[in-house]
Amino acid sequence: MSTATRDQLSPATRPRRGRPPWPLVVPAAIAVGFLLVPLVGLLVRAPWRSLPSQLSDPLVWEALRLSLVTASLATGISLLVGVPLAWVLARARFPGLALLRALVTLPLVLPPVVGGVALLLAFGRRGIVGRYLDAWFGVTIPFTTSAVVLAETFVALPFLVIAVAGALRAADPRYEEVSASLGADRWTTFRRVTLPLVAPSVLAGSVLCWARAIGEFGATITFAGNFPGRTQTMPIAVYLALESDPEAAVTLSLVLLAVSVLILVSLRDRIVHTGTGT
Amino acid sequence: MTLDIVRVHRAVRSGSSSLPRSFLAASAIVALTALAGCTDAGGAGTSAGSSAPGGISGTVTVFAAASLTESFGKLGEQFEAAHPGVSVRFNFAASSALAQSIAQGAPADVFASASTKTMDSVVTAGDAVEPKTFAENEMEIAVPPDNPAGVTGVADLARPGLKVAVCQQQVPCGSTAQQIFDKARITVRPATLGPDVKAVLTAVQLGEVDAGVVYRTDVRAAGPEVKGIEIPAGRNASTAYPIATLSKAPNAAAARAFVDHVLSADGTNVLTEAGFASP
Repeated sequence: MSTATRDQLSPATRPRRGRPPWPLVVPAAIAVGFLLVPLVGLLVRAPWRSLPSQLSDPLVWEALRLSLVTASLATGISLLVGVPLAWVLARARFPGLALLRALVTLPLVLPPVVGGVALLLAFGRRGIVGRYLDAWFGVTIPFTTSAVVLAETFVALPFLVIAVAGALRAADPRYEEVSASLGADRWTTFRRVTLPLVAPSVLAGSVLCWARAIGEFGATITFAGNFPGRTQTMPIAVYLALESDPEAAVTLSLVLLAVSVLILVSLRDRIVHTGTGT
Repeated sequence: MTLDIVRVHRAVRSGSSSLPRSFLAASAIVALTALAGCTDAGGAGTSAGSSAPGGISGTVTVFAAASLTESFGKLGEQFEAAHPGVSVRFNFAASSALAQSIAQGAPADVFASASTKTMDSVVTAGDAVEPKTFAENEMEIAVPPDNPAGVTGVADLARPGLKVAVCQQQVPCGSTAQQIFDKARITVRPATLGPDVKAVLTAVQLGEVDAGVVYRTDVRAAGPEVKGIEIPAGRNASTAYPIATLSKAPNAAAARAFVDHVLSADGTNVLTEAGFASP
């Protein structure tokens, strides 16, 4: 439902509130419980007493720093190429558009590990692109921090693209028509009219993209491997700590949870505001 | 995107109640199957415990070190052939990861570890009794078949710019590799730390690293896809493989039979063929 529709309803015709129907309330309560109980488990079983000493481990902060930096870089790259891609998908008309639309959102449904294998076959030392990078420039991507950023961008970019493309399709074309009638070319119209119009969706898409990137595991461990400080992001650190030191895994999870909540809460108002608009 | 009043009207007037009812039925079914699934997962293999006296039946779940993938696969087939009606299910991963899942209550019958230290942690926790060592394994350097970096021995692994994969420290193959580096007095700066030995082997097979430190048996199992560079006995390090039935084994009888099969002459043959040494 678009915001315009809601605004058209006057307070008198607004649906009566009444008691919420139980066929909705009961499953909703189950869903809430299902989502929250694991988080409660994390908090209850957290090694609160040894937490200070666990947190003083530089490995935790190395992994957190790496995760924040790589997820932010991945979001930046996604913005740079994703917003133009969203515009092309929403506005351009050419044969094969539907196919392109399906293809670029493929990483959404692709298991991330498969994405990692695909990245290796493309950008690995023997990959179809990677072999030339190695031969011509002496650049090898796997097992570097760049590989982490690439893996995260691969899985997170479609989130931004679909959010922005959806907003572009829903946006009122009349603003752009007016802009054109005033003599603005398409690039100026995009910069001065279209982009501000969909800015809330770009923000919401960026947050989704960042959240997906910071949680990335499968493609990262497959394509970028695991080395503390270089490619060991928080999710990988959590997974591997679980094998040797479950308390450390819980601590790492708590840190990641705290950071994610902090960032989501600080952006919440804007997301709630725009979330319904797209 | 205008509000279609007519359609809303029609939906409310006509079968408004049929939709929720079918939805309720569907959700009830989903909930029931979910519950059934829960109890199923919790008691995986429990039905197997009720075997006829003397014989064994059902499923035996074996948690085994990743380096045992090929040889235990073969042993499992032999075991199933010798005991019709019994099926063997494997979970191959890093020994340390398996020990952790056992500690968390994973329903397993047998644990075969690539180090006594990992097995001891499971025994100390009271989850396994009387482990027996059934094999030993030494390390080897695996390189891509064309050996692009010209690796000839352990000392090369410290060469700057050489991409090396080793297991991470908490996994047996990682600590054993570290012993070799310590003996050679070299510091290796790995490109990546594999979660288990097969991850290291894969990196070599794909040519993403110039060398990986794996078990001798892994080089043999990989066949022509990797080239093995042997480490001389004096500079090598080995690890022992203990096996035990778990104290909470859902299918204890079949678990004991499987352990006996691994320790039997037939079992030893399979393991020796794969490159393991007898303890």
